[in-house]
Amino acid sequence: MGSAAQRIVRRTLLRFWTNLNLPPYLAPKLPTLREPHLGKQTPLFDLHVAAGAKIVDFAGWDMPIHYGSQLEEHHQVRRDAGMFDVSHMLPVDVSGAGAQAYLAKLLANNVRKLTLPGKALYSCMLQDDGGVVDDLITYFFAPDDYRIVVNAGTADKDIAWMRTQAAKMAANVTIVSRRDLAMIAVQGPNARAKTWAALPGSQAASEGLKPFQAAKWQGEFGEIMICRTGYTGEDGFELILPAQRAGEIWKALEAAGVKPIGLGARDTLRLEAGMNLYGSDMDETKNPLESGLAWTVDFTDGRDFIGRAALEAYDRSKQLVGLLLEDRGVLRGHMRVVTPHGEGETTSGSFAPSMNASIAFARVPAAVQLGDTVEVDIRGKLLKARVTKLSFVRNGKVLV
Amino acid sequence: MSTPTSLRYTETHEWVRMEPDGTVTVGITDHAQNALGDVVFLELPDVGRTLKAGENCAIVESVKAASDIYAPIAGEVIETNQAAVDAPESVNADAYAAWLFKLKPVNADDVAKLLDAAAYDKIANA
Repeated sequence: MGSAAQRIVRRTLLRFWTNLNLPPYLAPKLPTLREPHLGKQTPLFDLHVAAGAKIVDFAGWDMPIHYGSQLEEHHQVRRDAGMFDVSHMLPVDVSGAGAQAYLAKLLANNVRKLTLPGKALYSCMLQDDGGVVDDLITYFFAPDDYRIVVNAGTADKDIAWMRTQAAKMAANVTIVSRRDLAMIAVQGPNARAKTWAALPGSQAASEGLKPFQAAKWQGEFGEIMICRTGYTGEDGFELILPAQRAGEIWKALEAAGVKPIGLGARDTLRLEAGMNLYGSDMDETKNPLESGLAWTVDFTDGRDFIGRAALEAYDRSKQLVGLLLEDRGVLRGHMRVVTPHGEGETTSGSFAPSMNASIAFARVPAAVQLGDTVEVDIRGKLLKARVTKLSFVRNGKVLV
Repeated sequence: MSTPTSLRYTETHEWVRMEPDGTVTVGITDHAQNALGDVVFLELPDVGRTLKAGENCAIVESVKAASDIYAPIAGEVIETNQAAVDAPESVNADAYAAWLFKLKPVNADDVAKLLDAAAYDKIANA
């Protein structure tokens, strides 16, 4: 009897945290209703608390999950402009005469494609067996000067991995963690215009930037790296800036009409945009080809990158697809997916506010086709879902 | 967050109201809706189902999480709130107006054994 009750409690707790799309090793021990504020804090923490944010643990950081309504924050980004404190993510500078050759070997995407200063490249960093150490963005400034932005929960592991590989290759590189920098993502159709209004002088430095391009701008707040990148499927910037100026910049953006947005809406926005979350959609036990990230792996030119041999040997039996729930309910991660070609599993799922429906990513057999109907086991009931591409919403428009 | 003194409560964050006709109305507390965040989906028990006290009988899903709802007392489900199913956000707007289901209690005295507002507040704010 006791064990049944324990099972229910455990299942409920697990569900609570897996629904936040946190991998188990990042999940807090208990879903406490009050927040202990025991984790690491970004330079903007006090401003979040003052704004009434609900603070939760994310990868050891005390972060705002919302400031009132996660749904309203989601719509604010799709319809206007919102900003996220993403200072828990870590910029890492890689420089030196051997930087390009080092990154060409370290990353599954090819940094040699980058020739335009400020150009960005999304890539996985792989283990020898093809498992994903992390997914990251690399910004090119010169063949001996790159900046990489890595995930918060993997930052320490990434740095250790990068140093180990540099030593193995005897690469002539310097790897510097930049915890002296903070990051604010400003996203939405009006994000760029409102950023320019908030930060006088920034427009001239950034209006010519194409998507996935960045520029360093020297202004009244010191050096801000303005990147036309993001994690929402909307236009906007990610600003990498001096940590000690983060509060002033945040307030200036707020005064220009950019609303603070929590990590809750960040998750529904990225899910609708079809963007992977490390630890949920892929991790060290999954390779990019079975994680919807084949487009980020560059096999051309016979380039020798870590994990290449394992990817070439992979049988491509699995794929990551989108699911749109056709019955009523809410898809979450770790639900069983039943298809005519065998079973699969959802990796992330949620209610999708811009679609007023529920969506998920699912790892399923490769024979499953777009448009197929599959079934998802939600608490013992098999509900119908349609297989879609991994991109549900882009620039405010629903694509599926 | 409000905890009306006219209602009874459970440790699992349900509120319970004894109606003049002897039936019992059940919902989730203001504290619970606040902790869950924006509610987007409700799954309620079938009318006619007999519930034991503490039985897992409904689901409230917010954008971020699913939460089980437990029967506060034993009884038979006599009505569910379709308006709340159709507009789950009403639970956030007013958790005490957006009831979930009504029970015909096996033993009406069970309600008085539940937590009063002061005792619930103590648990909710522990």
